[in-house]
Amino acid sequence: MAAPKRGRSASAQSKPGRSLALILIAIAALTGGMFASGNTTPRLGIDLAGGTSITLQAHNEPGQPNAINKTNMNTAVEIMNRRVNGLGVSEAEVQTQGTSNIIVNIPKGTNSAEARQQVGTTAKLYFRPVLAQQASAGATPSASPSASAGGSSSASPSASPSTSASASAKATGSSSASPSSSATSQGRAVTDALKAGSTPSSSASASSSASPSATSSADAGASAAASKLEAEYTALDCSKATQRATAGKTAKPSDTTVACGQVGSVWYKYVLGPARVDGTDVKKAQAVFDTQGAAGWQVQMTFTGGGAKKFADVTAELAKNTSPPTNEFGIVLDGEVVSSPTVSQSITGGQAEISGSFTQEEAQSLANVLSYGALPLSFKTQSVTTVTAALGGEQLHAGLLAGAIGLALVIIYLVAFYRGLSLVAIPSLLVSAILTYAIMSLLGPTIHFALNLPAVCGAIVAIGITADSFIVFFERIRDEIREGRTLRPAVERAWPRARRTILVSDFVSFLAAAVLFVVTVGKVQGFAFTLGLTTVLDVVVVFFFTKPLMTVLARRKFFANGHKWSGLDPKGLGAKAPLRRTRRPAGPAAGPVDPKEA
Amino acid sequence: MSKLGNLGARLHRGEISYDFVGKRKIWYGVSILITITAIVGLAVRGLNMGIDFQGGAVFTTSKTSVSVAQAETYAKEASGHEAVVQKLGTGGLRIQIAGMDTAKSDATKAKLATDMKVDPESINSDLVGPSWGDEIANKAWEGLGIFMVLVVIYLAIAFEWRMALAALVALIHDITITTGIYALVGFEVTPGTVIGLLTILGYSLYDTVVVFDSLKEQTKDITKQTRFTYSDIANHSINGTLVRSINTTVVALLPVAGLLFIGGGFLGAGTLNDISLSLFVGLAAGAYSSIFIATPLVADLKEAEPQMKALKKRVLAKRAQAAAEEETAEARGDGAEGPEDAAPAVVGPRNQPASRNRGGRGRPSGKRR
Repeated sequence: MAAPKRGRSASAQSKPGRSLALILIAIAALTGGMFASGNTTPRLGIDLAGGTSITLQAHNEPGQPNAINKTNMNTAVEIMNRRVNGLGVSEAEVQTQGTSNIIVNIPKGTNSAEARQQVGTTAKLYFRPVLAQQASAGATPSASPSASAGGSSSASPSASPSTSASASAKATGSSSASPSSSATSQGRAVTDALKAGSTPSSSASASSSASPSATSSADAGASAAASKLEAEYTALDCSKATQRATAGKTAKPSDTTVACGQVGSVWYKYVLGPARVDGTDVKKAQAVFDTQGAAGWQVQMTFTGGGAKKFADVTAELAKNTSPPTNEFGIVLDGEVVSSPTVSQSITGGQAEISGSFTQEEAQSLANVLSYGALPLSFKTQSVTTVTAALGGEQLHAGLLAGAIGLALVIIYLVAFYRGLSLVAIPSLLVSAILTYAIMSLLGPTIHFALNLPAVCGAIVAIGITADSFIVFFERIRDEIREGRTLRPAVERAWPRARRTILVSDFVSFLAAAVLFVVTVGKVQGFAFTLGLTTVLDVVVVFFFTKPLMTVLARRKFFANGHKWSGLDPKGLGAKAPLRRTRRPAGPAAGPVDPKEA
Repeated sequence: MSKLGNLGARLHRGEISYDFVGKRKIWYGVSILITITAIVGLAVRGLNMGIDFQGGAVFTTSKTSVSVAQAETYAKEASGHEAVVQKLGTGGLRIQIAGMDTAKSDATKAKLATDMKVDPESINSDLVGPSWGDEIANKAWEGLGIFMVLVVIYLAIAFEWRMALAALVALIHDITITTGIYALVGFEVTPGTVIGLLTILGYSLYDTVVVFDSLKEQTKDITKQTRFTYSDIANHSINGTLVRSINTTVVALLPVAGLLFIGGGFLGAGTLNDISLSLFVGLAAGAYSSIFIATPLVADLKEAEPQMKALKKRVLAKRAQAAAEEETAEARGDGAEGPEDAAPAVVGPRNQPASRNRGGRGRPSGKRR
């Protein structure tokens, strides 16, 4: 942050007019943007403005009767919190109520329907092998995503413990179709194949083995379920929203099921095997732009220890199948396939990338879903109601009034102490305030930034930090004048030293903001954002406004000649004044120096 | 301005100065005393954690004409805790109170119902979990730990490890005092308090770094002279930035003081008290510790360095020599000449930079060494 600013400051020094014009343009653009977009006030947090309160009731998952317990509820709260509060700046609150309810409070101005969807409906994430896939609208599959081993997982599959169990493992080639690549996966392949109703040997030839038509040759026990599934699959038309809404939504993780998924604008229907890896196995996921290759936006996943092993197993198995769709796995979110990458080799090492024709938003939303994991429970919205501000209106007004009085005192103090220099100090504070206000207003709709009481107080402390920057600068100038310099050289000499102090100290604040923003969640993250913003603005204001304005004013007679009211009167400051040595005794002698010294 | 401006000028010339470093033991003592009080306060009274941290009870009433402010008073009377009251879209009230178990919540519910003159059955009560869960707290600790390590590394590189250590001590000092006062006053700890503490953390370091920056600049060529010890220069550095420190502290404290004393005291903005108190105490402690604790601590650490010890020896030796010479000069002159009388008065505050020029001109120090 500091480095580029330092570079630009050179021009700020020589052409103060340009910097001033620049910052005025920035102010005009920001306030203009603020009025043009109609966001003339910052979004306020629930403590200041109230909002919407959503009560969600937990329900047991099919097949898991005792899922509603304290641990699961707390996990659900954590996940929801991260979902509604991804960047930590939206000031939403999530807490449990009673034994089976969760309350989500969302500040006024948030799209509550969207938020409800975020906290409530996004629920279960599974990785399931794809057994069959077909475009519903009759279009041919175009760009199906592919999965490949991530950077650190370049170890060959034969190095993994599971494959070493089998002597016949030759899985070095990316698409080797060896049926016995690992003891464990072979065993699993057999059971899978049995479940899907195909013979074990067919998995080696892998071309059409797992297609639903193969289910007709299944043994009697599984045939009923299989034919039901086949019928379901044939009847399913994923281009219809009504069918999508129900397809595969009630499936248990251990079921083979049908599901819908969208690739580009085309809906596909799938038959999916039992879940092999679930959402809790993903440790972290992030959207990245592939700068080396041409893959565009992709999602990088890091698995947990157990997840890495499971993922290696399932990919090893899938890689044996050479043709789509049976070498794909489906990433299934709430019964809907969000992505079905093909697998060309076993992915070990716990890292993987999902690439495809993602847009940035798609990649980010997939990464969001993957990293925030699966809710251990499903939730139904029980009630939605508005709530008023947690901080009563009268209290808020009292607070604002008190803050205004405090600010007035600051201005009085600055005028009393710095006199003419307050012409620099007060506009600097003003510019800083306008920029902060405009940026906070604009961030409301873009990243859901909401201003709560702690943030307001943080902004008040920021007054001190902003003021400090020009106080350091002013005191440096005064020191230079005391050394006997005239104003203009004093300003130019004082600036580099003041600049260093400002940058070093602001860097510490910025470091705090950056670390806390990256590491923490929730309100702490929101605080870190405010701190970082005000710190950056402090540097911007002092470089592009305070210093240039000071340079310009130093040319005015009022300041340059050290008028009594300019705050830079050499006599008042007790300068050495080498050129006016004869007059000097009048200065200090008049003051109460001698008695104190003696 | 003139008075403070004069003060600035005289501080700049070193005509007046406060011996911060020399009297450090007093201030260390004061700080240790306050810190111990704070720790004792924390240990004995503990922190009064709010509903966001420990959960509590939530009461939802049906449509009522009781105002939010009234309900707040009732709830406080009924439970003895600060309550958060919100009006719901249905016309009812939601009252949240910290630190409740089922038995306590039932009693509070009954009392609320009588106070608000409604049927107890129309109030729905439930226990709520914390909205500031363990995860937020754990991550915050983690973030703090990483930040502390990074900032110590940064300060050790940008300045030196002694300053990094002193800054860290000052930081812990400020945070301990602020939390301790919190425990003593007994205000409820809300997320606002925590945010306030984090703000203090940033400000305390910021202020210390500004003071250290001047110290670093002034001690750049310290070994090339024999007039001042490290402590002398450190002291001069503090005095040189004193006007800046006072101004910054006043400007930072005024708005917070406005919130705390005017807002909280006269206008009754009770919930603002918690955050403005932590900010006020923290900002004041931060400004104090930069000057009275951090810098003297650096001087102490520095004086232990062999190089600085040697310097101190040279400086002291030189001073003793100068004093001896003066004595002999005085003895020789024995008040015979008028101008000689004035000399001691001028040279007197020798450890003050004001005498630098005079001394330099009078006795070419290079030869004597």
